Parts: sequence; structure tokens; C-alpha cells
Amino acid sequence: MRTSFLAPLCALLLIGVSLLACGCTKATEPSASAPTPSPKILQFGNGSEPQDLDPHIVTGVTEHNIISALFEGLVTYDASSEGTAPGVAERWVVSPDKLTWTFHLRPDARWSNGDSLTARDFLRSYQRILTPSLGSEYAYKLHHVVGAEEFNQGKLTDFTQTGFCAPDDHTLVLRLKHPVPYLLEALKHYSWFPVHLPTIAKFGPIDRRGNRWTLPANFVGNGPFMLKTWLPNQVITVECSPTYRGAFHPLLDGIAFYAVDSNDAEERMFRGGQLHVTQSVPLGRIDSYRSQPASPLVIAPYYGTYFYRFNTTRPPLDDARVRRALALAIDRDTIVKNILRAGQEPALHFTPPYAGFTPGEVLHPDLAEARRLLAAAGYPEGRGLRRIEILYNTMESHKVIAEAIQQMWKTGLGVDVALRNEEWKVYLDSQHSLAFDVARAGWIGDYPDPHGFLDLWVSGGGNNDTGYTNPAYDRLLTSALDAPDEAARMSIYRELDSIITRDLPVIPIYFYKRVYLLSPKVRGWASNILDNRGWQYIDLAN
Amino acid sequence: MLRFILKRLLETIPVLLVIVTATFFMLRLVPGGPFTAEKAVSKEIMQNLEAHYGLDKPLGHQYASYLWDLTPKRFAPWRLFADADGNGTVDFDLQAAFGINLGPSFKYPNRTVNEIIAGKLPASLELGLWALLVALALGITLGVVAAMRKNTGVDYAASTLAMVGICVPTFVMGPLLVLLFALHLRWFNASGWYFAADRVLPAATLGLVYAAYIARLTRGGMLDVLNQDYIRTARAKGASELRVVLRHALRGGLLPVVTFLGPAIAGIISGSFVIETIFQIPGLGREFVNSAFNRDYTLVSGTVLLYAGLIIGLNLVVDVIQVWLNPRLKFE
Repeated sequence: MRTSFLAPLCALLLIGVSLLACGCTKATEPSASAPTPSPKILQFGNGSEPQDLDPHIVTGVTEHNIISALFEGLVTYDASSEGTAPGVAERWVVSPDKLTWTFHLRPDARWSNGDSLTARDFLRSYQRILTPSLGSEYAYKLHHVVGAEEFNQGKLTDFTQTGFCAPDDHTLVLRLKHPVPYLLEALKHYSWFPVHLPTIAKFGPIDRRGNRWTLPANFVGNGPFMLKTWLPNQVITVECSPTYRGAFHPLLDGIAFYAVDSNDAEERMFRGGQLHVTQSVPLGRIDSYRSQPASPLVIAPYYGTYFYRFNTTRPPLDDARVRRALALAIDRDTIVKNILRAGQEPALHFTPPYAGFTPGEVLHPDLAEARRLLAAAGYPEGRGLRRIEILYNTMESHKVIAEAIQQMWKTGLGVDVALRNEEWKVYLDSQHSLAFDVARAGWIGDYPDPHGFLDLWVSGGGNNDTGYTNPAYDRLLTSALDAPDEAARMSIYRELDSIITRDLPVIPIYFYKRVYLLSPKVRGWASNILDNRGWQYIDLAN
Repeated sequence: MLRFILKRLLETIPVLLVIVTATFFMLRLVPGGPFTAEKAVSKEIMQNLEAHYGLDKPLGHQYASYLWDLTPKRFAPWRLFADADGNGTVDFDLQAAFGINLGPSFKYPNRTVNEIIAGKLPASLELGLWALLVALALGITLGVVAAMRKNTGVDYAASTLAMVGICVPTFVMGPLLVLLFALHLRWFNASGWYFAADRVLPAATLGLVYAAYIARLTRGGMLDVLNQDYIRTARAKGASELRVVLRHALRGGLLPVVTFLGPAIAGIISGSFVIETIFQIPGLGREFVNSAFNRDYTLVSGTVLLYAGLIIGLNLVVDVIQVWLNPRLKFE
């Protein structure tokens, strides 16, 4: 009782505070290099934390945004973001049979460490992404090239046997299995970007995961910007690369890619002036932004469809009449106007009407026709029909749509509907293993061409997930790539899309819109349907 | 006392083993794996990915090799706080200090779980300690004042404040504080963890909840103690009111607070997922929750293990402090 008990308590607090002080100085140290709103640094809200910055490992949009600043492929976006501009290749030639593409590279192309960038770098990069032991999830994007798929599966081990070759340092030749009319668009994807093999080899085996070459101190790229800092779950900053195309200097001095995984936090940061661009807008804030004068709200077309999959292997959904009845009983206008409220468009067919595609047959929602079909299938007014379950991944926006559709099917057709929500990966697992009746889904195009959407429904396709098989559909799809011209190709896609409208393995619900906030200070911000752009064209007003 | 601590430390080994085992097998029973993706991955690629991380081996084999990786192989705790790579940050290197290897992260291929924990723990700890400071300073002051002025306006005001603090959840309090101090008054940034000022709002948000609990506990504890004989004796001897409170009453009055602090500290450090998301703090709480969604097996197990260690350790410290404060308890 003689010594004050306050002494140990004080000591404890002191220890705490000193620990805190030490932790504090240590933790704040990186902030010296963290971005301050210095001239011309674009503050970009980039969604979740990128997995990695290795173009051969990653699979996401977040990563794409950063990688397209750090690397450049054979071709790139033009200033409007709609067209194609020369990248590392300054010009290219296609053979008359459309199977051989020859790219002539810039003789002065350089890596950020000063090494010259040659066709051999491309070859070795393609060999790396296709090497089976790397387990690259997007390697299939190169499978158009002769032998690429076999090499990727380990059936072919000699890379010189594939259709990739480099006759000299500045010429790259791709020999394709079949014509790929959208090849230039596909080449803008990071799976086709070159990586600096000597740098990768310095930090581990080139064909294994878990390599540290993408950390800022080690990084080598060839894009308009180079990696400066990476604070995990905070920010990645990039600055102008002095080696990019000789004298060319991007308009910005740098970009800060913030990993902000909460759209509420992101919106507050935008309001507080910490961000110039956001990924999204919280649903509840859209109306208030819309009513502002000179609103920073952007609502742009986006190349994607929100739809419901049917499990066509399960009765009664194996009956096309039942599927059609359900599809016709959905009032898409109500969903778009009252639930989504951000200018989304009701989808009456599956493939989005962009990139040269115009629909053939479309759905004409009609409750009377829906009831007639259901009765014809043996379920008048829904009698005798078992309960149908809608599966969606746990998220408020999917839930409200599912509830609306549940109500429409119940009141319109007398169909009893249950809802089941599952956590994302459980839901993906259920979907891939066909453990559902009806499942919510979405698809965003990888390149601006209808082929990617219609390729989904090929029999046994990895992303089919409906059990739908139609040999006639498969044959027609294969013939599309051999079509003599673009008009003929598009008319095949129109026919394919019409088959989906007739057979309905899926119900299209709406076409996506990109909804985000953009500061009026940002100049040169172009947007295409994939929401991609070249960072080198963007500027900031002071 | 040493025997008591040693015995308790030995008891943690089976506890941790059970936790590791349960986490390991439960994770693998959940549908969907680390490489389940929206876009289908071909069978060959999936096999290569699984082979790379050893997921193709029998489960028993995976479990045994994971346990071996976790087993401490050396004892050099001073290296935990060393700065081996010389970048000015504490490394918190479990590998160098104890030879514990928590494995590679499945989601972030260029980082190991050891590195992720080392990178994220400091932010969570720092936030927790600031919040604790706010909670103790505010809570004890409010509680003591309320007890001293029992059943007066001051007491009611303090108790109401505490009640509000308990009732308003952090996900409401956080955005409210941001709205007022960041967006309206422009004193702070809305989110982020870059500057010293960025610590204020998150620490206040997290601290306020705990301050409310501590205030109520302190008030109750103080009221109990202030009625005791020895306080009356102290007053009779002519001790000033300040001396009575600080020197005689506080020690007993704080006992309930200390009991509460063990689990509270663990909660402050591990349960700040909400705060870390609102303020976009690069802490372990967010990493922990996201790792479960990503099925990042090693990262989930690693963080679970770390939290278990922290909670066990903190409870031990609290037990020791309790004996210290309360003469009626003994180390048993």
C-alpha cells in the first residue's frame, strides 16, 4: 500500500505512448513519399487493392488501370479512346488470308531502365505467359495463335513450333489459327503486353508465381509512366517515364491510384477534394448529384449485360416455354426506373447494342402471352409448378432486383419463387456446378466486339453455366470468324443473338452503365464502352 | 508469479493448436477455393495453380507441413522489432524472430503472409492505442466526475453522454464525424492514413464507444468504493477530496474497468474492421475480413493465429494487473 498504485499504471501508459510514438514515426514515414496534391497528379479512386502488377498474373480491372499506365502493348488507345493508335509497333500488315499479322516495332522503343525493347522481348513474354507452370489465368487470350493452346496445356514443349516469331529485332509475326477480326482490340489487353525478362529472372524463376519484380525498387516497364511507390491497401503512385518514346512527355506529372474499397468512403473523399475520379457513386447519392448544376456525375454506356441464368438441365426449366413465360413476365422498365435509377437500359436481347452490333429478334414483354405459354407447358396459372429458386450473391442491389422479379412472377404468373443468397465464392461454386434453378449473373466484354458475348453459350463452354447445348449454334459461331466481311460477320452475330432470344438459356434484364464522379479539373478524359483510355492524353487544369 | 505466467503460457499451446486445426479444416470445407473466379479457369491452369501452392497434395500432408511451418524454430524476440531491410519501418519479422513461416498469400502472389501481417499490424495497433488513450482519458474522467456528483445534473449529463456513446454504432458515428470535421469544417481529410492528423477522427470514433463503457464502469466502481469504511476514515483524517479520490478511491474504483480492458483491448485491435473501412486505414482488420472472402487460406489462418495469440497474451496481462490492484486476489 506504500507505493502508489498509480505508478505502475502511469508506467503502463508511458510504455503505451512510447510504443505509439515509435509506431507513429515509423508508420508515417512513408507518407513523406505519399502523394501531396502537387501539380498535375491525378488522384484516381481505383477500387480494391491490386493483386499484383505482373501483367501475366493478374485478372482484374483494378490492375488493368495501373498496368496500362506502366506498360504499353503493340497498339494502344487513341486520344478519343475509341480507336487504335500505334504503341510499341509503329505499323502493321495483315496477310490477305487474315492469318498472318506482321508488326514493325519502333526502333527506339526502350524499357524504363534504358534497355532497348525488341521483338524478342515480346516472344519471351508470350512464352512466359503460356508456360503451364506459371498458371496464368488469362493465357487463353493468346490461344488464337497457332500452337499457343497446345503449348499452354503442355502438349507442345518447343516454343519455336508456335505461331509467334521474330525474323529480326524490330519485326514480330503472329500466325493465327483462324482470322480474328478484333485482334487489334484484343492486343490492348495486358495479357499481350511485354515484360522485362532479365528483371524477372533477377528476383526468381521467370515461370513461377511469387516473384518480387513488381515491387517499386525492382520494377521495369515500358509505359508512359513508371512505378514510384506502392503502399498496400492505400495508394500506388506512378510518375512520368523518361524513356517512353524519346521526347514524348505525358501531360500529367503522375497518377495516384488509391485503393478505396468502400464507395461511401470514396464519395466522401471526392467531396473532400482527395480524389479527382471515383469508381462508383453510392445509389442514395445519385439523385442529389444529378440535381446539381455542373454536376460531376458521369453516366456512360458500359459494355455489359445484367441477366438471369436458367439451369436448363432441371425440370421445369428445361422447357423453353416455361423459360419464355418467365422472361416475358418481367417488367424491365420498373426495375430500371425505380430500383437502379442511373439511366440503365432495359435489355430485351442479350448482346449489348454497341461495337457495330444491332439486334435481330428481341423480347416483347407480354403478360397474356406469358400466361398462355405457361398453360401450354402444363401449368395453367402456375398450378402444378414447383417452387423456383433465384440464386444471387449477397449484395443489396441484387436482392432488391430479385425481390422485384419474385413479385412479378408471383402476381403475373402465379409462380411460387424463393430467394437464396450466397457469399460470392460459394455462389460462383454453385453456379459453375449448376446447383441452382435461376441465378443472377453479369458479363462485361473484354474487347469491343459481340463475339465475346455470344461465345459464352457455346456447348460445354467454361462460362456457359446453364447446361444449354445447341450444335447449330456452335457451328454458326465458328463460321463467324471466317465470314468474308464485317457486314456478313455482324449478321451472323445477329442470328446467334436471335437464337438466344428464342431459346432463352438466360433472361437479359438490363445493359450496364458506368456511373462515377469526375472532377471538372480533369481534361482530355475520354471514355469508351470498356471504360478504358490512354493515361498519356489526360491533363489537369490548375 | 513467474510460475503462474509460465503455467498460463504452457496452457496456450493446446489452445492455439485447436484453433489452427479448426481454422485449417473449416476453410477447406467451405465451398469455393482461392482460385474460384467469375470467368472460368481451365482445368490445366487450375491444376498448375494448385500444384504451385501444394493444394494438390493430400489434406493430411498439407496440414502436417503447415503445422511444421508454424512451429517456432528459434527464439530471438529482439529481431521482431529490428529493421533488417533498413527502410525505416519495424519489420515485425516472425520468420527472423521465431522461424514462424505463415506461408505465401494466395491472393497477393508477390507477398507472404508474414509480410502482410508485418505491414498491416502497425496501423491497427496504432489506431487501437490512440483509441484506448481517448477511451481511458475520457471514460475515467467522466466516470469519476459522475460518481462524485452523484444524482446531480452533472451525473445525468455524463451518464446520458455515455449511453449515447454506447448506442450510436461506429458506422454512424464515423461518417457523422467525417461530415462535420472533414467535409464541413475542413479540419481533416475524409479518409486515409498518410498524415498525423489522419489519426484523429478514426481514434475518436473508436475511442468514444469504449469511453462510454469505461465511464459507466468507473462510475459504478467508484460509487461502491466511496461508501467503504476506509474512505470515510480517510475523510475523517482530513484528506482533501482530490486526495481521497486519486489516492484511495480510484484504485478500487477502477477494478471493473481493468477486468473489462482485457477483452476490450483485443476488440479494439482486432475488431476495427468497420473503422478501417470507413477511414480506409491499411490495417489488419480489413485484411482479415477480405481474406476470408478471398479464401486466402494462409492469410486467414495467419491472422486468426495472431489474434488468438494477442487475446491470450492480453488476458494474461490483465490477470496480472488485477492481482496487483486487488489485494484480495492471489496468483493461483
